[in-house]
Amino acid sequence: MPAAPDLNLDHVAKLARLALTPAEKAQFASQLGDVLHHIEQLAKVDVTGIEPTAHAFPVVNVWADDVAQPGLSVEAALRNAPAQREHMILVPKVVE
Amino acid sequence: MAAELFFKSIEELGALLEAKQLSATELMRTVIARRQAVDGRVKAFNSSDDADALAQAAASDARRAAGQARGPLEGIPVGLKDVIAVAGQPLTASSKMLANFVSPYDATVTVNLKKAGAIVWGRLNCDEFAMGSSTENSAFGPTANPWDLARVPGGSSGGSAAALAAGEVCATLGSDTGGSIRQPAALCGVVGLKPTYGLVSRYGLAAFASSLDQIGPLTRTVADAALMLGAIAGHDPHDSTSFKAEIPDYRAELKKRQGPWRLGIPKEYFGAGLDPAVGAAVEQAIAFYRAQGCTIKEVSLPHTQFCLDTYYIIATAEASSNLARYDGIRYGHRAKGAKDGVDLYAQSRAEGFGPEVKRRIILGTYVLSSGYYDAYYLRAQKVRTLIRQDFLKAYHEVDALLTPTSPMPAFRLGEKSDPLALYLCDIYTIGVNLAGLPALSLPCGFTPAGLPIGLQLIGQPFREADLLAMAHTYEQAHDWHTKHPSL
Repeated sequence: MPAAPDLNLDHVAKLARLALTPAEKAQFASQLGDVLHHIEQLAKVDVTGIEPTAHAFPVVNVWADDVAQPGLSVEAALRNAPAQREHMILVPKVVE
Repeated sequence: MAAELFFKSIEELGALLEAKQLSATELMRTVIARRQAVDGRVKAFNSSDDADALAQAAASDARRAAGQARGPLEGIPVGLKDVIAVAGQPLTASSKMLANFVSPYDATVTVNLKKAGAIVWGRLNCDEFAMGSSTENSAFGPTANPWDLARVPGGSSGGSAAALAAGEVCATLGSDTGGSIRQPAALCGVVGLKPTYGLVSRYGLAAFASSLDQIGPLTRTVADAALMLGAIAGHDPHDSTSFKAEIPDYRAELKKRQGPWRLGIPKEYFGAGLDPAVGAAVEQAIAFYRAQGCTIKEVSLPHTQFCLDTYYIIATAEASSNLARYDGIRYGHRAKGAKDGVDLYAQSRAEGFGPEVKRRIILGTYVLSSGYYDAYYLRAQKVRTLIRQDFLKAYHEVDALLTPTSPMPAFRLGEKSDPLALYLCDIYTIGVNLAGLPALSLPCGFTPAGLPIGLQLIGQPFREADLLAMAHTYEQAHDWHTKHPSL
């Protein structure tokens, strides 16, 4: 564990694609500092040789037959799209 | 005086419907009228489609008249937490991000409820994306506890618990990632069951932390929980973590399984921070089981003190990944005036998410980020193994564990403004999610101020039938579940 939590909020917010206001940054830095300080105690646990648990009851190799199933119509699939035209979702230009 | 119609159990209502002393339409009208009378104060509903519910009720009456009643939930209005999909109905997750979202399909639990004859009605308030323990994190405002409107109903399924306690619906579904069914059930004086991970399909549930989330029922009685679980449990090919478990007739098993059981009392769950009235009520419940001939044994879950930290690393890590889908592109809120694609993501998320969701996304992103992954996330997954082993070791000696559900009764709205203080509400419930176990909260008394207290029974994997039978035994000998708030 790091000796002291060094949470760089600008960096993490960028990774999370989340725009934060200066007030939010100040508030989160303080609140998450408390939470991270609490979390530091996990460093006390001896986990030598312990396997990680991702799921309590792992189910592996779940296969489905490769058969076409009825699905959503284009109209139903696009019903919640914020902007659309000709059965496509409109997005800001990504290539100059 | 007999209980008002809207306070009757599914079993009682089912008998009236069966005997044609009551129609599904009459029941639905009663419930709608009750909602109109009290929800201005309780605020358990985000929305409801009354016309659709009455149409379902008319269809239920027609089925019954034709001798084609579907099952024990035929004609029973069941409300859903607003994170569970119902085709053609809103799904907001109590977030501005999904304020205008309409579900294109039914969740598997919704399909199963309809197959059992239930009338699926109402979108019930919760903490935003199920992140919280008080339902104060909803973008649409907090829900009040029907027992004291100045207090919280618990969370995150606070609307599901409060609507039921207030008589606005006959049973509900919630979701439980760290206690979000059991804790509000305890604080509102109803039964709440979190099934074994994988027993109930998560298909159509807005994801929070996928390795911890489970859907489960909130009901007036243990027998009703058995009926609801029987309707929603079972393998689903749409959920790749769904387990191929045998589903018994949980209602019939209640009478077959009489004990006596070996019950473990984990000493770590009775330490500092436990409200004295809650502790006393749980001690009384222990005395009851002892008098029934059950063996009571103190056990130890030595890694309990690490559950909270492990949970807040794993749950936020999974949430930061799951909530990456809310980017303003395909559905959900889209910010105006963004200068490019990446800015559109960041601005849409900034405008769509509330503070607690943002905090958890930041924490989850941090613990998964380069340089911190091993120290936080991987270590937490290893401690999760130790926490799970604690429970499985205890089950060598006992059949189930008995604890308080929540360390305190319902607290005042706005009382816990510090995130860490709120996180501590979950200390008795989160270990169960980390270990994937089934657990149930049932009413076991009231504080001197008249607030409900919940008893938690934690069972062995996929042995819900035993868990329900243990709870049923207690409930048969007590009348807590027959008491209702006056509104």
